Amino acid sequence: MASMAGAGRLTDLAAVRRARQAIDFTRRWPVIPVVILSVLAFAAIFAPWVEPQDPLKASLRDRVAPPVWAAGGSSKFLLGADPLGRDLLSRIIRGARVSLTIAAAATAVGLLFGTTLGLVSGYVGGLLDEIIMRLVDISLAIPLIMVALVIVVIVGQSFGILILIIVLFGWTGYTRQVRAQVLSLKELDYVALAKISGASGFRIVFRHILPGVVHILIVLATLNIGSVILTESVLSFLGAGIPPPTPAWGAMVAQGRDYLTDAWWVALFPGLAILVTVVAINFLGDWMRDRFDPRLRQIL
Amino acid sequence: MRQFLLRRLGFTVLAMIGATALIFFLSRLIGDPRILYMAQGRFSQARWDALGKEMNLDKPLVMQYGIWLTQVVRGDLGRSVANNRKVTDMIRERAGNTLQLGLAGFIFAALFGVPLGVLSAVKRGGMWDYIARTFALLGQAAPPFWLGIMLLLLFAAKLHWLPSATKGDGFAIRNFILPTITIGWLFAAANLRLIRTSMLEVIDSEYVKLARAKGVSSARVIWKHALRNAMIAPLTFMGINLAALVTGSVLTETVFAWPGLGRLSIQAVNNNDFPVLLGTALVFSFIFLAVNFWVDILYAYLDPRIRLS
Repeated sequence: MASMAGAGRLTDLAAVRRARQAIDFTRRWPVIPVVILSVLAFAAIFAPWVEPQDPLKASLRDRVAPPVWAAGGSSKFLLGADPLGRDLLSRIIRGARVSLTIAAAATAVGLLFGTTLGLVSGYVGGLLDEIIMRLVDISLAIPLIMVALVIVVIVGQSFGILILIIVLFGWTGYTRQVRAQVLSLKELDYVALAKISGASGFRIVFRHILPGVVHILIVLATLNIGSVILTESVLSFLGAGIPPPTPAWGAMVAQGRDYLTDAWWVALFPGLAILVTVVAINFLGDWMRDRFDPRLRQIL
Repeated sequence: MRQFLLRRLGFTVLAMIGATALIFFLSRLIGDPRILYMAQGRFSQARWDALGKEMNLDKPLVMQYGIWLTQVVRGDLGRSVANNRKVTDMIRERAGNTLQLGLAGFIFAALFGVPLGVLSAVKRGGMWDYIARTFALLGQAAPPFWLGIMLLLLFAAKLHWLPSATKGDGFAIRNFILPTITIGWLFAAANLRLIRTSMLEVIDSEYVKLARAKGVSSARVIWKHALRNAMIAPLTFMGINLAALVTGSVLTETVFAWPGLGRLSIQAVNNNDFPVLLGTALVFSFIFLAVNFWVDILYAYLDPRIRLS
């Protein structure tokens, strides 16, 4: 009996230790954000197979059908239906696909554009540097949301225009940080040696300096995706995003604004999707920053 | 200081020219800009030709820009496509409402963000720190328009404590509460984070230790000695935060049907009313640049290191 009790205590201790290790693990690694983002990415990639219903199919009989747990809800619409009778959950899943595609494309373009300008500005210096930095200052000094609206009215809504506008909002961060880093890297001996050994400027920049800024770029880009998603949602809320009927989270919230008294779910859930996505990305970005280079804490 | 002022002024003018040029040349990029100024299908050939003359379309592009810019500087922003009213009149009616809301949001951000940031740093790891960080997290990760709608849902639609929308005539504090929180939240969250980070640094510094050592009371050390230096960080980011305030006013006014410039610009987008949109964009940019200019001066005044570098 006594030995059995002792064994019980031992497995207890082992269980406690395992639990503590698990907690430790979630502290050290961004488990929850990665899980959330994986689920989102999976839903986005396999959207047509994961969606319970066709996100574009309207059914006036089911307008603002409540979620399954609310009074009058049915399992046909797990999170309820929107004012056109479309399944909210399916639209949120399709919206994830739209949002994440735009975020990925805009981040890639912004990264490429901003980094190139930052490298040139930092390495070449002189007049070119002056011009690029003034452009950065100017684009920080005008309210871009108004420029975005003007562009949309002039040239209309499309995927390409949306990407362009979002890049307009975000390229300055990359340029400034890359330039600052290049300025300090190009004074180092190895760059001077590369020059002496006859490497071209192009080769020095892309072969020798670029690797020294990559860690900053990864962190910057990750932290930037969150704000890219927010920018996209703002534009689509204002009716300047991806054109309907393609579901976008921001536009779905806008649709719910007029139905607050009798259909709260239409506005609540798409916004929650934005919030959860951005929080997960920001946590991941913070973790990467602390992991790669804690010194970045002061600038990012 | 004078040189600093001149340099900032020069930059402000340059930025204004940059902004107007960007918008102007974009509107010319798509071919005949007249289609932007006409309600579709509701004009005569004569009016079309007259407009071409009015806009000097026969002159070179750069001259067109110059003429247009002088008109703008003189305060001539054209007439609305939708109702043929003068754009300047429409803006004048609404600018006050936007400024009131922006100012309210700014004050909210200062009154809420700064003390919460200090508390969060001083009581690091405690309850206040968690409350403050949750507040900041929500402010930075939730879209402002959604926060506004959720506040409406809770306090207007469910609890019926506060009015659901529109400013109404005259001034009533209850109409301001939800829009102010909506527009100010992001700003407050930014202030909070910046204050928290710099307070954590400052609290460890030598001069704060000295103040403590010579027996200054704890409250005085924190709120006077430490906070003074920590306040510089939010000022540095003021320009970027002001940009968020402009976006915030467009969003907040849309959510609460607030009769201001932001809502006017969105109505113009929906009506394809280009002159009105252009006018509001210019006025927003101007207000923004002007405020930024004064913030820079304030900043230089507070921190001599800035104006001397």
